[in-house]
Amino acid sequence: MKLKQISVFLENRKGRLQKALNIISNAKINIRALSIADTSEFGILRMIVPEPDKAQKILEENDFVVKVNDVIAVGVPDKPGGLDGILEVLNKADVNVEYLYAFVEKKCENAIVVIRTEDIDTGIKVLKDGGVAMLSPEEVYTL
Amino acid sequence: MIWNSEAECMSAEDTRELQLKRLQEVVKRAYENVPYYQKRFSDVNVYPEDIETLDDIEKLPFTTKTDLRDAYPFGMFAVSQDEIVEVHTTSGTTGKPTVSGYTRKDLDIWGEVMARALTMTGVKKSDRVQNSYGYGLFTGGMGAHYGGQKIGATVIPISAGNTRRQLEIMQDFETTVLTCTPSYALYLAEVAENEGIDTEKLKLKAGCFGAEMWTEEMRKEIEKRLHIRAQNVYGLTEIMGPGVAMECEVQEGLHIFEDHFYPEVMDPDTLKPVPDGEKGELVLTTLTREGMPVIRFRTRDITALRRGKCACGRSQVKMDRITGRSDDMLKVRGVIVFPYQIEKALLKIDGLEPHYQIIVTRPEQLDELEVQVEASPALFSDEVKHIEEVKRNIENIVHSEIGLRVTVNLVEPRTLPRSEGKAVRVIDKRKF
Repeated sequence: MKLKQISVFLENRKGRLQKALNIISNAKINIRALSIADTSEFGILRMIVPEPDKAQKILEENDFVVKVNDVIAVGVPDKPGGLDGILEVLNKADVNVEYLYAFVEKKCENAIVVIRTEDIDTGIKVLKDGGVAMLSPEEVYTL
Repeated sequence: MIWNSEAECMSAEDTRELQLKRLQEVVKRAYENVPYYQKRFSDVNVYPEDIETLDDIEKLPFTTKTDLRDAYPFGMFAVSQDEIVEVHTTSGTTGKPTVSGYTRKDLDIWGEVMARALTMTGVKKSDRVQNSYGYGLFTGGMGAHYGGQKIGATVIPISAGNTRRQLEIMQDFETTVLTCTPSYALYLAEVAENEGIDTEKLKLKAGCFGAEMWTEEMRKEIEKRLHIRAQNVYGLTEIMGPGVAMECEVQEGLHIFEDHFYPEVMDPDTLKPVPDGEKGELVLTTLTREGMPVIRFRTRDITALRRGKCACGRSQVKMDRITGRSDDMLKVRGVIVFPYQIEKALLKIDGLEPHYQIIVTRPEQLDELEVQVEASPALFSDEVKHIEEVKRNIENIVHSEIGLRVTVNLVEPRTLPRSEGKAVRVIDKRKF
């Protein structure tokens, strides 16, 4: 169950994050989940939005460098040890996690974790075999 | 073949003797006829009679582009307007153009040096020279024209532009020699290929290319695509136009026509002469020019002089291909760096936009060099470690090109300044 995520290159400069989000906001695109990876020189803004292609186009028109790639969304029981169980599945199968970020959705019981594994297809297979519930794009967008 | 073996193969001793005599004459002429020089020489208390040896030239002040601009339009002329038979100007890309005035005799000399230059590319009376340098105020067109005519070759004064017509004429007139800028030569080759013209079937055998900086890689490209020998001509409007120096068939440097132009190479910071073989800024003095003598003109071009008899038989001093300009030369931790070297390194990386900026700082005692390049989809990844890998890769490529460690930083697209003319590539924040 792949999900499209858009990533935006941000220079570590005042106002750049706001500028990117402002563009998204003006296009009336709702951000479902967001994370920022930052280093001292640059940042990567990662977002799950219902209309990734539209978001990419509009950001590129405004001279941002954007990439759309696949990630996995997993529903995690909102209780201690929930995420640990999932990582254990991946770890046992020797699947490396590049990054992940989580958000809690009010309307459901579960926390949602966005995971990027080194090899996305293997990641999906391993999670499926391990009985982990993955969310479809529609499920995430309409939460 | 050598056009003027008496001059071009003259012994070093005879050359120096002739140069001293001519230097004394030109300094006197400049002092007596150009108020600018009279004032500049008097300011440093040097007079024509103080030039007793060639080394005494170092007593004379430099002439800069600004000086020539301030004299716009005719302030540098040493003869009355009646004797000036032609004027040219620089393009004025970096400010007000500078004017160059020529007497009848100056034009003869210009024809003579360009005849020598074209002879080096193999031009004879029987040749057809397609002169695709621009005619007009730019010196390229007329310079090559006079040279070709002096030899007695058939000059085709087509000027630059109108590329399809250029190719038609080249085929119909059976052009043997092409004179133009190297980038135009490449463009001609490209259009010929697109039009399905077999460049191997053309009668072209050689080209005399100049008026802009170009690399050895570009020469090879032109030679391969046009099936000719490509040689480098050097000149500048302030001194004469094309024909100050020309590369012979050995293709290892350009012979300076030093019976007419006296070359010096200086450290651009200290303005002290550097030994032969070492890089520095070329300074030129016109030895025979009547209309507008120019004394110790700082060309800003970086080159090195090499003496000794050349395999082609000529003895006149050679200068290296121009590798940069002193106005953008950087000294970082004692190492000389030119933006073009960094550019060359960056061009080796796929997906990199050719927009960059070099920032030099001195946070502590040591200089730091930062190269900013614009991120592009090809360089960007959603993973920090990949971006850092890209950065390190660029850093290593630049390091192996210039021998200095640099920090590469990716910036957002279209954030580095763009310019129609010469881009500002270097920001030097060091305080000296």
